[in-house]
This record gives sequence, C-alpha cells and structure tokens, in this order.
Amino acid sequence: MERRRIPLRAAGALISRRAALPRSLAEWRAELAPRAAFLAQSLVLLLVLLFFWRILSNAIGNLEQQNIASGFGFLNSTAGFAVNQALIPYSEESSYGRLLIVGLLNTLLVSALGIALASVLGFVIGIARLSSNWIVARLAAAYVEIVRNIPLLLQIFFWYFAFLGALPSPRSAAGWMESVYAHNRGIVLPKPVWEEGSALTLQLLLLALILCPLLLRFARWRRETTGSRPAWIQSALIALLLAPLAAFLLTGAPISLDYPELKGFNFEGGITISREFLALLLALSLYTAAYIAEIVRAGLLAVQRGQVEAARAIGLKTPQTLRLVVIPQAMQVIIPPLTNQYLNLTKNSSLAAAIAYPDLVSVFAGTALNQTGQAIEILFITMCVYLSLSVLTSIAMNQYNARLSRRKKSAP
Amino acid sequence: MTNLSDAKILRRDRQTSILAYGWHWARIHLFSSWMNAALTLSAIALLWLTIPALIDWLIISASWTGESREACLNENQGACWPFIFEKWEQFIYGRYPQEEIWRVNLVFLLAFGGALPMLIPAVPWKGWNALFLVVIFPILCLYLLSGGVMGLPYVESSRWGGLLVTLLIAGVGNAAALPLGILLALGRRSEMRILRTLCVLFIEFWRGIPLITVLFMASVMLPLFFAEGASFDKLLRCLIGVALFSSAYMAEVVRGGLQAIPQGQHDAARALGMGYWRMTILIILPQALKIVIPGIVNSFIALFKDTTLVLIVGLFDLLGIIQLHLADPNWSTPQTHYTGYAFAALLFWLFCFGMSRYSQYMERRLGTEPSHNG
Repeated sequence: MERRRIPLRAAGALISRRAALPRSLAEWRAELAPRAAFLAQSLVLLLVLLFFWRILSNAIGNLEQQNIASGFGFLNSTAGFAVNQALIPYSEESSYGRLLIVGLLNTLLVSALGIALASVLGFVIGIARLSSNWIVARLAAAYVEIVRNIPLLLQIFFWYFAFLGALPSPRSAAGWMESVYAHNRGIVLPKPVWEEGSALTLQLLLLALILCPLLLRFARWRRETTGSRPAWIQSALIALLLAPLAAFLLTGAPISLDYPELKGFNFEGGITISREFLALLLALSLYTAAYIAEIVRAGLLAVQRGQVEAARAIGLKTPQTLRLVVIPQAMQVIIPPLTNQYLNLTKNSSLAAAIAYPDLVSVFAGTALNQTGQAIEILFITMCVYLSLSVLTSIAMNQYNARLSRRKKSAP
Repeated sequence: MTNLSDAKILRRDRQTSILAYGWHWARIHLFSSWMNAALTLSAIALLWLTIPALIDWLIISASWTGESREACLNENQGACWPFIFEKWEQFIYGRYPQEEIWRVNLVFLLAFGGALPMLIPAVPWKGWNALFLVVIFPILCLYLLSGGVMGLPYVESSRWGGLLVTLLIAGVGNAAALPLGILLALGRRSEMRILRTLCVLFIEFWRGIPLITVLFMASVMLPLFFAEGASFDKLLRCLIGVALFSSAYMAEVVRGGLQAIPQGQHDAARALGMGYWRMTILIILPQALKIVIPGIVNSFIALFKDTTLVLIVGLFDLLGIIQLHLADPNWSTPQTHYTGYAFAALLFWLFCFGMSRYSQYMERRLGTEPSHNG
C-alpha cells in the first residue's frame, strides 16, 4: 500500500501545477478532447492507408521493372518439379495450385501426428512431475528444463543430421523380421495392397469405427438415465468388431502385404517414411510435449486440494480420483493454453523448410517462390493459410469458453 | 575407555538414525507401492544406461587436442572437441576480421557491464543505468560493430556472425519490441475504436503467422516495397521483421499486466485530474510492467531461441555458422555433428536456463512484496 501512494502523490504535485492554469483553458480542453481523439484516429488511419498505398505502388513499379508477372494466374501453370511426399496424386506436370494443396496436406499431416504424440507424452510427463515418486518427478522436471531451453531448430537438426543421419545406408540396413528397415533415408514398412473384394472389409471397418463410439455413448446415456445397461449392446459391439474380420476371411483374404526389397542402392516396394518427416515429427512432438507437460502440471495444481481429499474420503483410489475428480476439473484450466500449444506446433512445423520436408512453407513459399518470383502473392497465400488456421482455432476456443461459462452459471 | 565407547555408541547411533531416516525417506518417496518401486527401478536403470554413457562420450572417450579429423577417428570415439576449439572464433564472431575482434569483445563487455547491475535489484542508480542501456549503449554498439567513422575501419554486416548475431538479433529485437508492444497493448485497450481495431489487427496478424514467413517476407518481399535503389542491409531487414513479430507477443504480455491493474487505480488518477498519458505513465504502466517482468523475460527467451531461424534466410547466427562448419571435409568424422550440436545446445541452454531462473527469482521477489496484495 505504501508503495502505491508514492506515484500518486508525485503525480498529484504535477497536477497541482496544472490546476493553476486559467479555468477557461481547462474547459476548452475538455470540450475539445473528443474531437481531438477523432482527429488523431483519422490521422493514424490516414497514415496507415498512405503507408500501404505507398508500398503497394512501389511494389508494382518494382515488379514491372523486374518483369515479374503479377496476379494469381501462376496457380494454374505447371510447377515442373517433383515432391518426395504427396498425399494426393502429384507429378511434375501438376500445377502450382495442386502443389499448394500437397504442401498444406503435408503440414497438416505432420501437425496432426505431432499433436497426438505431444499430447500423450505431455500428459504423461506432466503427471509424472507431480508424482510422489521422487526420482520420477525429478526425471520429468529434468526433461522439461532440458528440452524447453534448447531451440527447436537445433533439435530438428540433431534428429535429422546427427541421429537419423548416422543410420546405415539402405544396402547395409539391418531389417526387423525382414519387413521393417531403418536406413539413412527413412524407414521402410510393408505396404498393404488392396486387391479386388477388399472394399467390403474396409467399409465394414469404417462402419465399426463410426458406430462403436456412438454405441458406447448411448450405453452410458442409458445407464445414467435408467440405471441399467441393455444387454444387446455388448453383443452388438462384438458383432461390429468381428464383421470386418469375417468379411476379410469370407472374401478370400484379399489384402496382402507388399514387402520392401533391396534393389541396387535403395529399397523397392513397401512404404517409405522419409527421414525428414521422422526428424520433424520427433522434434516437434518432443519439444511441444515439454510445454504441454507444464500446462498439465499447472492445471492439476489448480484443482483445489479439498477435491482430492473429498474423493479420498468417499473411498476413491488414486487412479479413480485422477480420472473422475481431478482431470475433469483440470481440463477446464488446461484446454485454452493447450490449444495455443497445438497452434504453436502447427506454426512450428514450418521449420520443415530447414530440412526440406515438403510442407507448405518449404515447397510453396520456398521452391515455388524461387521459380516464379511472385513473392507477394505466394507469401500472401501462405500467411492466409496460417492465419485462417489460427482464426478457426480461436473461434473454436471462444465457443468452448462460452459453453464453459454457461455451464458454470447453470450449475448451482 | 568408557569415553571412547560412548563416542562409538553415539556415532553408531547417529549412523543408524541416518540410515533409518534414509530408509524411511525411500519408503515414502521411492517404494510406497509395487507400482512405485517398479517405476523407481526403471528410472534408475534409465539413468544407469544414459548418464555414464554421456559422461564417457563428453569427457572420457572424447578427443581434446588435435589439428584435423585424424584426432577424432579413434575406436569408441567420444566428442570431437578440437573441432570446437579450432572453429571457436568463427562460432563467436562469424567472419569478423581478426584484428577488429576487440571491438566485438568490447561490445560484449559493455552489454554485460550494463545489463548486470540492471538485473540485480540491490544495485542503485537504475535510472542512469537504463539511460545508458537505452540511449548510449546502442549508439556505441552500432559505432563499434559497424565502424566506418572516426578511425574505425568499416565492417559490413555480412561478415558478422555466430553468437554475435544471435545476441544482436535477440537484444535489438527485444529492445525494439518492448516499447512497441507497450504502445500496441495500450492501443488495444484504448477507447478509440479505429485505433483499437488497427492494434488488434496488427497483433493478431503477427501472432497468427509463423516466424519463418516473416523472415521470408523480410528477405524477399520487403525489398520490393522500397523505392528503386533504397534497399538496405539484409540483417537490418530481418531485425525489423523480428522486432515487429515479437512486439505482437510483447503486446499480449503487457496487456495481461494492464488488465491486472484494478479499476480503482484509473479512477483515483482521474480524480486527481490526470490526463490519459500522465495517468498511464505515472500510475498504470509502472505497476503493470512490474507484474509482467516474468512474462517479458519469457518472451525474451522465446525470441532468443527463435533467432536460430534466420539461418533459413541465409544469415549466420550461432547455429547457422555451426551448421556451415559441420560441412568442412577437414573435420568430417562420425562424431562431428554430435559435437557441434552438443556445443550449440549447451550454449543455448545456459543462456535460456539462466534467464528462466532469473525470471522465477523475480517472480518470487515480486510475489512476496506486500504492495501487490492490496
């Protein structure tokens, strides 16, 4: 309290000097203040618009001088270079527009897998940091302090150049059960081959994946409302899960595996997961896991101690206390910063450019930009993609927060 | 005799009590259940597998002297430290001319001498210290590093590199980001609608895009925006990009502090007849900034780590220059990459960990002050 008064008093001394000014001037100021604010704002807006107009006219002049085309027409012209990982059909004859989608899908792929891995690891480490086991808690703390304080790019380089780069060449790669090989270009796995008649199995599998969670949710709802669980649900679940297997066997096992084989200097057949992808995925998920661990720890600590004690008092064991009492409450604190980390991971996946993993920035803002020279358009599109990702996330986040506060209000 | 045996008993007593205490402690903290015992044992196994191997690699099996890769090709070779020793100067100064290196050292010394008393709360004259850091030091720094006037030969910025560039980008980026961030945060909380919208747009734009696109923009797009022939130094362009980028994050940190100031402070200041700027500068900001010192340090750490990204647009910061020298055929051994990265990781870690500890110290210090609880 003492400290707060000092600035006030010092300020007061300054003001008393102001009070000596003629009264009419003070009134004049008060009357003019809103107008001055409006004027100032208009001036700022004008300056901003002038700035943009100025740089745009400069840019147009420069582009004309350097003979660089402008506009988005290049999206339809042929890109003319190959990409070593494409989730949709892509060849050298494909257009820049298609290249953009290939890059975006690769970004989304590595981000989605990274988010899944980082979440699992982050939750485990965050819980381990609060463990009553001294050595486990210390190990988790050491992990967080080490990983968080080393730049992500350095970690990507470490995994890419040092760790995965030290693997043997394809010719001397040791296989595991003659089907999985790790070598200095990546990991080769057997590839499933969908033969004729395999569609039925796949469709049934998809059906099971969709229906099972719905059924489980229905069962829980029934139990919560009526107190009993219909007996047919269990058999339905089993039937759903067994149907694809039955279909697979009945149609004569139409899915086979294409095993990788060493031909010359590299493997043929199978699926190759590239070294770039692995390095990026490892670095992103290990790095983000350290941040998620801290968020999880803070969330768990935010749950009042009385909640744990009450859970113990009604006879819940430690795992039950965590699952039923602590984690549901901690999640409310955890989710907003967690989505922020997911967004960070997605943005950080752009570091792929440093090791040439074909993500959005690497192929589009890198190679395509160098080839076409249309820096403004390409960077504009790239930024729009990232901006829309983050805007979508914050809209979802705001809705979640709104729902949460509504629920809190409705609860007594 | 009796005295002796008494002492013996005493000693044994103390021993047993220490043992008993240790046993008791281990029972609670390590072996409280079967699950915990298994976890403890696997953690010990993990440490047993990694720590001795790490020490062996770093020290025992490592090479310490040598002139070329020959020194690092032993069987079971550990780290290849001669590589670091030989390249040390490049790693710290980049391609800065050898006979001018004293200038960089002087800048390091001045920065250290200026920042250290600023960071220790007990040292007085904070105002003069800040004045030195904000006004005199940047001018001195520019003069010493760049030269070209008053007897110092000119050193172009493309020759700067290594730790120098890393510290420069982080330092300048933050020094520029803090005032800009404060203005943006004030703008975002302003009652003027147009101004507020502009600030929100600015902040959300920079926070929504990755730093790499900012650097690409600085290196490829920015030259297009200037009138013919007005293009300038690449390092400076990247600095502008980094400063704008981190000012948006800084603005959000400062906004957190502004929101924590109770409305009563505003009301009291208004009641005294203060105008907006007087209230902000004398009442609101001193309190708000004090709360967010840890946040500011955190965003400094984030920027410090992010400086490594400039290597993607062709500037040689610490990691960039190490990466460049890893390709040196004279030093190509299986351990060179590991050694280079271990060295970089150690340096970055020391800086970042030191800063994060400092921010925790400040947090504790500020948290215990009574002025915050009112």
